[in-house]
Amino acid sequence: MEKLINQFEFGLFFWQVLIFVGLIFLLKKFAWKPILDAVNDREQGIKDALLSAENARKEMENLQADNQRILNEARAERDAMLKEAREMKEKMITDSKNEAQAQGQKMIEQAKAAIESEKNAAMAELKSQVSTLSLSIAEKLLKEELSNKESQTKLVEKMLGDVKLN
Amino acid sequence: MVISNKPLRFILAALVACLPLMSFSNTEKDSAHVQTEVAHEATSEGSHAEPTDVKSKIKAFIGHHVLDSHDFTLTQDDETGKYYGFPLPVILWDNGLHIFSSSKFHHGHEVAESNGNFYVINHHDGKIYRTDAKGTITEDEKTGHPTNVRPLDFSITKTVLSIMVAALLMFWLFTSLAKSYAKNGGISSGVGRFFEPLVLFIRDDVAIPNIGEKHYKKYMSYLLTIFFFVLFLNIFGLTPLGINATGNFTVTFALAILTFLITNFSANKNYWGHIFWMPGVPKPMRIILAPIELLGVFIKPFSLMIRLYANIFAGHIVLMSIIGLMFIFKSWIGSTLSFGLSFVLSILEILVAFLQAYIFTMLSALYFGSAVEEHHHEEEGHH
Repeated sequence: MEKLINQFEFGLFFWQVLIFVGLIFLLKKFAWKPILDAVNDREQGIKDALLSAENARKEMENLQADNQRILNEARAERDAMLKEAREMKEKMITDSKNEAQAQGQKMIEQAKAAIESEKNAAMAELKSQVSTLSLSIAEKLLKEELSNKESQTKLVEKMLGDVKLN
Repeated sequence: MVISNKPLRFILAALVACLPLMSFSNTEKDSAHVQTEVAHEATSEGSHAEPTDVKSKIKAFIGHHVLDSHDFTLTQDDETGKYYGFPLPVILWDNGLHIFSSSKFHHGHEVAESNGNFYVINHHDGKIYRTDAKGTITEDEKTGHPTNVRPLDFSITKTVLSIMVAALLMFWLFTSLAKSYAKNGGISSGVGRFFEPLVLFIRDDVAIPNIGEKHYKKYMSYLLTIFFFVLFLNIFGLTPLGINATGNFTVTFALAILTFLITNFSANKNYWGHIFWMPGVPKPMRIILAPIELLGVFIKPFSLMIRLYANIFAGHIVLMSIIGLMFIFKSWIGSTLSFGLSFVLSILEILVAFLQAYIFTMLSALYFGSAVEEHHHEEEGHH
């Protein structure tokens, strides 16, 4: 220990402290601060770049998910529209079929009624025609027949005979 | 997560910190032994006598290497007495400023004169003493230390020079790294690029886990500077230049005292509360704990200082002793063996250089963390 204390040299101590403390301050200003700042900036830059890359990836994923969702929605909408259209078509077809049927039925009914009334009218007409015709025929016959006696009786007999047949 | 991790990490750090101390404890004793022997031989041969045989020359060389020196000697030729290196300025305060070149001492062989005062470098401790024209040194009989007056020595010694070079190198490296970010769009380039992972390591694995996200920023400058400073000086010490800055007690003392000051000046109420009035224990225990905790405040930086000093100091002694063995054996097998050993040990020393820098920074961060730690109940409240 005494040897150590004897080795102590104040001049050397003075120079060592002076140079070393000076060195600390000089290096602090001209070296350590710029070096550490540059290194920190670089590390921060790398960190930021990684973070933004990660963000971009996430955004991309979101975008893709969005796209997928929109696509799915569109597909579902298209399907729904197609289905609706098909239903509407079927409904329209059945509706029109029913209506046509009803219409036809109705027309047939009307036609039938018209035919009936026409037939009745025709029948009536025919009947009156027949009656006038037969009256005129009868009149003519009667006029002719009644012109001689024999033929009159013969006619009466014949007519009676016809009536019997009817 | 953080709370449960902290003790585990602390234990791990403490274990790692103790490991080199334990493994070097023997060698350190050795080194002390070597030094005392040098001193004994030197005193027995007379204070100015140079060691003659190879063994004691090596011992003296190692003994001098671990001390600071007033000139920068790379190598020396004993036969011609020539030194290869360069002198450094000597700055003394002795009733006035004395500035002269250390070449005046002729490597401790001559007395230097400046403004009417005479100075001499003591051979044992390498320190400058005031003397007379003949260079007489009176020694204390008990301790053997010179009793001459020591002027205040602000010389640019070898250690001061290496600290300056390390500081300049760090300044150049890290400012160029800082500039390269702006030039290169936030990506480092150039030489400093090699150090960016270390800066991040200090931030992510030393500062943030120990101090916490909230407070770590204000300590970053200190932690980064001390880490690279210790690391660079440790590595400098492994070069053949013969620098031993972090193995110098004064240097580690200065570093440790800065950690101590920063810890205690930035400490919050909670920290002092834990020292003087430990919460959660019975009152008589608190009175007993207070002095122990207070002692801990000083022991923490003291251990920092000793750990770094002892590791680097011992490493230098061991490495140089093994290198010296090469010249003692002078046989192909012994020298080869010690070359291999010194090679392996050098690699180990590189590891130690990094490890000690890391441990110093890590423990400093740990102390800062304890100084600014919030109350645990509040912390739970935050979650």
